[in-house]
Amino acid sequence: MAIDTTAPEAPLGAAPPPAAPAPHRPVWLQQNVLTAIVLAVAGFALGHWAGNRIAGGYPNVAGASGENEVAICLSLGLGVLGWLLGIGALNYPIAKMFGREAIQEPYNPSWTRFFKFSTDHKVVGVQYFFGVITFFFTAGLLAMAIRTELLYPTNHLIGPGTYIEIVGEHGTMMMMMASSAVVGPLGNYLVPLMIGARRTAFPRIEATSFWLFTAGYLVILTALPFGGFPTGWTGYAPLQTQASGGMDSYLVGFAVIGLGMILAGFNLIATIIHYRAPGMTWARVPVFVWSILATSALLALATPTLVTAGLFGILDRTAQTAFYVNERGGSSFLWENLFWFFGHPEVYIMALPGFGIVAEILPVFTRKPVFAYRVATAGMFGVALLSFFVWQHHLFQSGINPDMRPLYMLTTELISIPTGFIYLVTLGTLWRARIRFEVPMLFALGMLFNFLIGGVTGVFLSDVPVDVTVHGSFFVMAHFHYTIMGGLIFALFAGIYYWTPKVTGRQFDQRLGKIHFWCMFVFFNCTFFPLFILGLLGMPRRVFTYAANLQFLNDFSSVSAYLLGTSFLIFVANFIWTIVIEPRPAPANPWGSLGLEWQTPTPVPYYNFERIPVVMNDPYHYAEADADPVADISLPPPAVAMNRPPAAQAIEP
Amino acid sequence: MAETNGSSSPPTGTTGSGTPEPPHAKRMITFWLIISLVVDVLYYTLAGPHMPPGDMTSAASGAQFDLNILMICALPVILGVWTYLGYALYNFREGRPGTLLTGPMAHGNFRLQVGWMVGTTVLVLGLFVFGTAELIIPAGAGGGEGPDPIWTPTSHTVLPIQVIGQQWKWTYRYPTYGGFETTSLVIPDNTTIAFHVTSLDVIHDFWAYQLGIKADANPQQDNVAFTTTHQLGQFTVRCDELCGLWHGAMYGFGHVVTKAAFAAWATRTEAQLAANTKLLPPFQWTYVPDANGADGGYYPDNVDPYSKVEIYGAQKAKV
Repeated sequence: MAIDTTAPEAPLGAAPPPAAPAPHRPVWLQQNVLTAIVLAVAGFALGHWAGNRIAGGYPNVAGASGENEVAICLSLGLGVLGWLLGIGALNYPIAKMFGREAIQEPYNPSWTRFFKFSTDHKVVGVQYFFGVITFFFTAGLLAMAIRTELLYPTNHLIGPGTYIEIVGEHGTMMMMMASSAVVGPLGNYLVPLMIGARRTAFPRIEATSFWLFTAGYLVILTALPFGGFPTGWTGYAPLQTQASGGMDSYLVGFAVIGLGMILAGFNLIATIIHYRAPGMTWARVPVFVWSILATSALLALATPTLVTAGLFGILDRTAQTAFYVNERGGSSFLWENLFWFFGHPEVYIMALPGFGIVAEILPVFTRKPVFAYRVATAGMFGVALLSFFVWQHHLFQSGINPDMRPLYMLTTELISIPTGFIYLVTLGTLWRARIRFEVPMLFALGMLFNFLIGGVTGVFLSDVPVDVTVHGSFFVMAHFHYTIMGGLIFALFAGIYYWTPKVTGRQFDQRLGKIHFWCMFVFFNCTFFPLFILGLLGMPRRVFTYAANLQFLNDFSSVSAYLLGTSFLIFVANFIWTIVIEPRPAPANPWGSLGLEWQTPTPVPYYNFERIPVVMNDPYHYAEADADPVADISLPPPAVAMNRPPAAQAIEP
Repeated sequence: MAETNGSSSPPTGTTGSGTPEPPHAKRMITFWLIISLVVDVLYYTLAGPHMPPGDMTSAASGAQFDLNILMICALPVILGVWTYLGYALYNFREGRPGTLLTGPMAHGNFRLQVGWMVGTTVLVLGLFVFGTAELIIPAGAGGGEGPDPIWTPTSHTVLPIQVIGQQWKWTYRYPTYGGFETTSLVIPDNTTIAFHVTSLDVIHDFWAYQLGIKADANPQQDNVAFTTTHQLGQFTVRCDELCGLWHGAMYGFGHVVTKAAFAAWATRTEAQLAANTKLLPPFQWTYVPDANGADGGYYPDNVDPYSKVEIYGAQKAKV
């Protein structure tokens, strides 16, 4: 137990707002998303000009369709820099560099704060929510196009070139989105509230991670006008080295998103370790916060590999290095290894927060403590640790290290042990409970159902002889859609339905929510289960044509995919109608949760807690009349009162 | 994930009311055992013999057997969780007559937790030992084993066939027949074959579905996969690693024929293609990637593949 009841210095250090508010800047000098767009465009143009000046005369850096790779990479890089400058993410370090204090905008509670660089973790959480939803729906539309092309085995509606572009764009955007899908919105919003902190450890870094996330979205979209990239989301070299300008968007986009993921990870790690309220011992930390801690550790440790690998790729394409070029002494295996050394922890970045949400929500709707709390945390950290030792199972057939295949088969199968812990915890929590089938609970149960299929099929893939058949086929595709879409996205929607009353003070229409769940659950399974069979029947991934006898299953999957896409419209309609147009006020604690986040007023004040709460119990003692309350948020913490003058605790929201 | 049948002994808690609880655990376990047995037997007898990739070769039948064993282990796990979920969600739902007003406060159950961990570990280690044996004994189970395979077939008469991937077609060279190169893949029955898979440009993946063979085609790398044919017939070849624009169209068919028919075909083709073979680069296990693979050229010519200008020592591509 690192921190017991002694108050850490940090939470209060953050508290007092600036004594004399900085002079209000005129509107045309305020930085917001519009200035960001202007500077991003300027940076893009400058980079393009500079790139052509530097490398215009070198045919070696011309891609397959004749464009100058240096100009593309520089324009994307400077465009992102302009975006960050324009939004104001770099004001503070630049001012400090010149020995000055940065101008700090006074807190402005109007809606415009969502379009600015905000260091309020709650604003960042909401920004991330809309960013993730935009990302998700953009990539989802591309998925509809993929399923449309696969309606016919040989008639082509969009053709192989567009098809391969769309497949790569869909995969890459979904992976980028899913890495931050829960950590971004829910992690940033909820972690400080759940651990009794007033802010995160590094608010400027937190905000920067969001604006890098949006920049990554824009960069990966530029792949389409640059002609797309033919490699899918895995970006294998030498196809990568051979590809045209869209590949630069892929490499720069992943580097930008990756930088944001690293920053977000470090911020949350530091917050969870150092910003817990007095009494929030490790044994009282909510399971969701544990899952965010494990995920953040993966974000901070695995993502640098991706950024480095992408940098090598950019250098190969611009400076004519040869990291991945076999005939000049490089190796195409290098990309495969670097990519999957990031890529496999990445899939747990996308799974662990889902476990956390489900384990956090189940006790509320079963009115029971979470079963085997320590096993849950051990499971999540076991998965996180083992995920660094399995990456070569993606290369079983590649011919590299063939004698190491049993080892990677073992480590991969071992992961199912800590994953099984999560099932022990969730199933144990259901045992002789009082189960309420509210919308968040339905999504959590849907996640358990889907992830079971996704997980068990993962064992098939880890087994080398079976992998000879299913590797690279639709079976793999179905497997990871069951874990990411069926696991993470279902858990994300459980979290959205569960915490929206806290965030907005408004409540979704529950009937529409249930219709949304049932449509999404049924059509998700109808879309992706046939893909297991297609894979076993010999259909490879990422093909635009297939054997004629596989048409029925493909059409069944396509029609289900359209209906699955439609089910999200129910969610959007519900959101627009009951949250925005005709708001329905939510009760203060609609689900009867004991969680610390529900004990703050709604909407949550700027500094979250009037006084730092003293935590006295874990938040899972449901239906225990004699249990201690979770926290006392009304008393001034004695330890703090001794260390600090009372004035420092006064809060003016 | 492999939750075992640990779900069989659920946690015990203190009841909030005095009424005796029905024997939930016993009911669930009984139902689960019966349904698992029935489903496993039905699967193995009805579906098992027809599971992919069939039994055309030793690698294929090995993979089929392996898949069936895994299914037999996986089905009870899935059924166990489904049984538990179905039972719990029905019986422990709020508002059901006789539901406990306050659930039992089980924060954990030591014996169950340890049992679960031991159960999953035993299952996982069992699968690992089985999978390793199935990988090593049939000489790599049809997967690519790199240039120096350590698990090799017992047969001393192995027919080597070189598989060359390039954007976007497969060609085959038969080194024991003068190294002729053809787009038809013909192999003899009851013979151990060594597929030497390589690429002239990007990474492809040679997937002979019914043969149970899958091996990446890496540039400048010889990737060997073994199998022994058992049946005559046609099989499908597809590229299984995204290799660019026409990846989806990179497929074809091969044929397993009798040994006599194969010998006749190979000798005849060798003679027919003799003039072509002279123009080919001499047979090697790997070739330097070709600049013009995508443009229709077949052969390496020492031109830098990714640049529009010549580099030192390079020859211009022959058009």
